[in-house]
Amino acid sequence: MNETEIVKILSSIVLQSTPLIIAVCGETISERVGVVNLSLDGTMLLSAMTGFVAGLLSGNVWIGFLAAALVGALFAWIIAFGSIRLRKDQFAVGFVLTLLGDELSAFLGQNYTRIPGESVRHLGIPFLKDIPILGPLFFDHDPVVYFAFLLVGVTWWWLFRTQPGLCLRSVGERPESGFARGVDVNRLRYVYTLIGGALVGIAGAAYSLDIKLGWSEGHTRGLGWIALAIVIFGGWSPMRGAIGSLLFGASKALAAALQRRFPEVSVVAFNATPWLLMIAVLLLVSSDVTERLVMIMPRRVQPRLRRLLRVRPPAALGVAFSTPESQRE
Amino acid sequence: MRWSGWRSTNWLIVLIAIIASLLVTSVLLIIFGASPIEGFEAMLLGAFGDSTKVLSVTAFWVPLALAAAGLILTFTTGLWNIGVEGQIVMGAIAASWVALKIDAPRPMLIILELLLAMAAGALWAGITGLLKTRGKVHEIFGGLALNNLAIILTNYLISGPWQPPEGGTFRGTEPFPANALLPLYQDSRLSPLSVGIALVVVVLIYLVLRGTKWGLRLKALGKNQRSAFIMGVSSERELILSMMICGALAGLGGSVRVLSWFDSLRQSISGGIGYLALLVVMLSATRILLTPFIAYFFSAVLNGSITLQLRTQLHSSLGGILTGVMVLFVLLFGGVRPMKLPSQKTVEVEENE
Repeated sequence: MNETEIVKILSSIVLQSTPLIIAVCGETISERVGVVNLSLDGTMLLSAMTGFVAGLLSGNVWIGFLAAALVGALFAWIIAFGSIRLRKDQFAVGFVLTLLGDELSAFLGQNYTRIPGESVRHLGIPFLKDIPILGPLFFDHDPVVYFAFLLVGVTWWWLFRTQPGLCLRSVGERPESGFARGVDVNRLRYVYTLIGGALVGIAGAAYSLDIKLGWSEGHTRGLGWIALAIVIFGGWSPMRGAIGSLLFGASKALAAALQRRFPEVSVVAFNATPWLLMIAVLLLVSSDVTERLVMIMPRRVQPRLRRLLRVRPPAALGVAFSTPESQRE
Repeated sequence: MRWSGWRSTNWLIVLIAIIASLLVTSVLLIIFGASPIEGFEAMLLGAFGDSTKVLSVTAFWVPLALAAAGLILTFTTGLWNIGVEGQIVMGAIAASWVALKIDAPRPMLIILELLLAMAAGALWAGITGLLKTRGKVHEIFGGLALNNLAIILTNYLISGPWQPPEGGTFRGTEPFPANALLPLYQDSRLSPLSVGIALVVVVLIYLVLRGTKWGLRLKALGKNQRSAFIMGVSSERELILSMMICGALAGLGGSVRVLSWFDSLRQSISGGIGYLALLVVMLSATRILLTPFIAYFFSAVLNGSITLQLRTQLHSSLGGILTGVMVLFVLLFGGVRPMKLPSQKTVEVEENE
């Protein structure tokens, strides 16, 4: 295998991981502010279908993306409204929406399966794409890829380097202290959950309009759950989440390569990779065994190793918040 | 709060939920150029049109009711057993293994099939439980991964070791010998024995939760794990036990799928019955005695939507949309808080502190 071939494979991994990166970013924002949007799998299916059909009917991919973002925001709004205003279980509402999104996408998209439609056009960035290795890896792609990487950077900067980002995180960690400082906790939760949901919708459309062109029943089924797991693996950080998505894409490419290399092993065995990986990775970042492993390492590297391997969810994740005024209502 | 749902006002919510789901499905039917009245008529006929249809709805109901009964236990302990789908599949695989590989007198064979199916379901649930208690992996993710692994295992078996002699079609194994199947009512797909088992299971779970110390422990765990622990309830043991019993019942449901609904192991052997059972339990607000009726209603809707598809050429997912919208409405606007989960915790700001 020569250099160009390796670059080609890596570049396709970058491309394939793009929608996951977007979805992981969206869910990270939503969970950082304390709302779990469990409906990712259904949201992505419905928005992938909506994006494809809207793109096809309007003849414009960007209208497709817009429609998909609206669908994602709508589902996120139902979860936010249900958990904040109606004070209902967000897991339950999210789960029902997962199933509902799946069924709705199957029904509404039934006349649009397996037909050609609009797709995002390739757009290499002049000059930058000619840099050896880095050029073809990151700057010779579709606009969706650039959007994903910009999004990771902006989200990270917003979360960890700005004042509003600090407010956002405080609402997810200790809403009562945010409230004490005058932050409108529930309004922030609405806003960021909606933004997160819209991004998940864009991720769905990124599949049907760019990475996995077209629509068929169950087009992206399972990927929403993978994204939810990557958010945990990523320790609720967009950077780590993006790395997790890329690693996931790489492992899938590796499995595909192994499958070509060992055709005698059943195809089915390789389908198991993502799910085994999901369990293994979640065990790694949250089980006590990892903690014990860290403890037997030299003391000097312990903090760094812990930061690398372990994750901690936002303290108020999934915790409803009510102010004294709303209590009296 | 927990058990006080479903009084006067809540029946109104249920009525509104039914109307809302009918409205949504009507709009969808109109968009696709079908008349809602004809659509619902087709669904009704498909569910109760003649005795074959009724038998079919009842046969579909059995695994759904079994899984829902098991889920009552895990919801009581505050666990999200999404893995129930995989537990059904594993039960089906275990029963198929016995049916394909073992030759014995019929009663013994059937008992062995059912027992092994329960063991396989319990094993799959136990893994999810251990991942939760020992590995701190949330049961939603553990269960979901195991669901997919179970389905992949089915596909592997069908396309590999268990493929029919005439070649792998990826559709299913060869039909089991008649000896291995549950006794069926006339030439339907309904096994009266399985209906009896399901009803007994529902009553048993009701009694266990109502009148035993163990049931009380589960409830204590579901309400507050920490105080239950201080009171001497071993959380790990009870959590895993409730998971495994749920898995065993789901596995039993899976065996009913292969031994009476089908006569072989098929690709989509469960086809979402586990997820449907989760919806049943949510709609019932974890009240076990309601689950058989809700399950029967869901079974009728889904069977009806297959007839709808045959008549109008519209995708049968309409039945799923109808049930989904209904559950969503009851969840959002019913006075019921179905589960006591961490997400139910509320931070309240004290004024004078």
